[in-house]
Amino acid sequence: MNVGRITEKLNILADAAKYDVSCASSGSNRKNKDKGLGNASNGICHSYTEDGRCVSLLKILLTNHCIFDCAYCVSRKNNDIKRAAFTVQEVVDLTINFYRRNYIEGLFLSSGIFKNADYTMERLVHVAKKLRTEHNFNGYIHLKSIPGVSAELMQEAGLYADRLSVNLEMPTEAGLKLLAPDKNRQDMIDPMHFLSREIIRNTEEKKLFKNAPMFAPAGQSTQVIVGATPESDQQVLQSANYFYRNFNLKRVYYSGYVPVLADRRLPALNTAVPLVRENRLYQADWLMRFYGFHVNEIVNNQNPLLDLDIDPKLSWAIRNMQAFPVDINKADLQLILRVPGIGLLSAQKIVAARKFAGLGWEQLKKIGVAINRARYFITCKSNEFERRDLTGQNIKQFIMAQSQSKYIKNTQTQLNLF
Amino acid sequence: MNTLVYDGSFEGLLTAVFEIYERKLYPVKLLKGEWRSCALFEEVIPIVTDEARAGRVLKGLRKKLSAAGVQRLYISHMAEIAGEDCNVLGFIRHVFDSDQNIEEDYGNRYVMRLSEILKMVRREKHRMEAFVRFQKLNDGTFYAAIEPDFNVLPLLIKHFKSRYTDQKWMIYDIKRNYGLYYDLHDTQFIEMNFDELSKPVNVIAAYSEDEGVYQDLWKNYFNSINIASRKNTRLHVRHIPRRYWRHLTEKI
Repeated sequence: MNVGRITEKLNILADAAKYDVSCASSGSNRKNKDKGLGNASNGICHSYTEDGRCVSLLKILLTNHCIFDCAYCVSRKNNDIKRAAFTVQEVVDLTINFYRRNYIEGLFLSSGIFKNADYTMERLVHVAKKLRTEHNFNGYIHLKSIPGVSAELMQEAGLYADRLSVNLEMPTEAGLKLLAPDKNRQDMIDPMHFLSREIIRNTEEKKLFKNAPMFAPAGQSTQVIVGATPESDQQVLQSANYFYRNFNLKRVYYSGYVPVLADRRLPALNTAVPLVRENRLYQADWLMRFYGFHVNEIVNNQNPLLDLDIDPKLSWAIRNMQAFPVDINKADLQLILRVPGIGLLSAQKIVAARKFAGLGWEQLKKIGVAINRARYFITCKSNEFERRDLTGQNIKQFIMAQSQSKYIKNTQTQLNLF
Repeated sequence: MNTLVYDGSFEGLLTAVFEIYERKLYPVKLLKGEWRSCALFEEVIPIVTDEARAGRVLKGLRKKLSAAGVQRLYISHMAEIAGEDCNVLGFIRHVFDSDQNIEEDYGNRYVMRLSEILKMVRREKHRMEAFVRFQKLNDGTFYAAIEPDFNVLPLLIKHFKSRYTDQKWMIYDIKRNYGLYYDLHDTQFIEMNFDELSKPVNVIAAYSEDEGVYQDLWKNYFNSINIASRKNTRLHVRHIPRRYWRHLTEKI
């Protein structure tokens, strides 16, 4: 093995793949069969990069040669960078050897597009097939599907991969047209449709025949880049909501645009990465998926942008003061989930614990409730509760005054003139 | 106040519970270890582990708790977290003093504490599943050293045994000086004497030929996927606290 060359390729092709933020290795249920190597179930983050992102998969491109010219992408055709390509065997060896040392949960393989969609996808599928059939590898495999790929190849990919994903790239069709003129939104939606139908069909089949082959057991996900085009949070979240509902997506990833290229269609190179916005979008995404919020409650025509100062649940609460206070010892789980400062696990603990005895402030604190936020919205077994008739704005100011935002260094305070 | 001293085993703990109810010893303080070492300061009652008595208490626990509840209690005790014996004991007393199953009575301080302990132990177990870094030795065995905060090695068997079935591996807790070895068929606990093995010459000779190559490739990969413009050291350290770094190939 030519170690120097492999190292160089790995550096180039890992560097090119890192802007894809998807890192999940969970949701599959692949067992270790016939004393082979590995299994895939709950997902583990094996390490974290210095930017704080999780490393759970060997995330690389097969090649960064690309015939497309998408403005936001480092691997675009007209960008003057070093190009490289792995052979199928090289990817297989790296995956197996990293996996055996417990560095990774599996492989995340994507690629620049060379020749055409099917030709590229065929290579990706070949890697997965080789891992599964020749090496009895049962670890996690996430394959990126290339837009415009044929149904036959998607079908084959689903037999070997745990998760498949097609990146929507831009939240709206207009954004895509502007930045990725070679790409066509329909080419992305077609494979997603195909996958969602196949996954449903496979689940039905599994119910009838236990031995039916698995088809992408960890489902499909997608990614949108935010901050490269001027879409509002409302547009981003509504499009996410549309895909969650209609395509059975497991996850939508929001990738804050990292300025890597100078282009007049894009934000300037020194623009900060929209980290806070990205964080708020994920919080909103969680509210939709786990907390029973409808997308229109979080963003709507009156409030098309998420509040950057406070989280979206608090933001919703101060716009809807009529829903509070909630009595912790009586209210339904659904209502408790809507209280700022109470998370999913705390809410479940509260509902379980109150059957034994009414809960007071001390106990709520122990259970994990963020009292500094929740206190304005709840009553419990105590005579102390917020009696003042505070407006939403008052509450926001109180909470912000006593909390240290982790993003404080990013906010610019206005100069005091007098 | 009665001070009870027991041997630190789960059976010992249950025997202590038996004595407390039998002899109506309350309030009590429960300590681990040799009873002579603390006899100087106060009067202590040594508990002699008794399987029959422990068995009766366990039977009682099984009646009042779900199977998972008993399991959680066992894990919380086995983790050997300093100073938690009295809380575990408080939990057991709460179990026996109530008419119903109190596993979810989070308003009670002992139930809450036990759930906190369990969370800490599970997090540590999960960290070990993530942070174990095997190194391939000459004879094909994959070896990893760990220093977990709590005694979680027994909890790792299931995960590693179902994942790495076609390679021999060993995970060694150098803090507690015992390890787990898988020989392609089964796992067993082992203790090793490192004096002879840990001479520098022997350590280097012990690695397989390509071990260094893959460690370097992994370090390279780790550096390549970092996005410098998103640097966030606080978050990084929160996810991988510094005490784990010395066993992480990519952080050495």
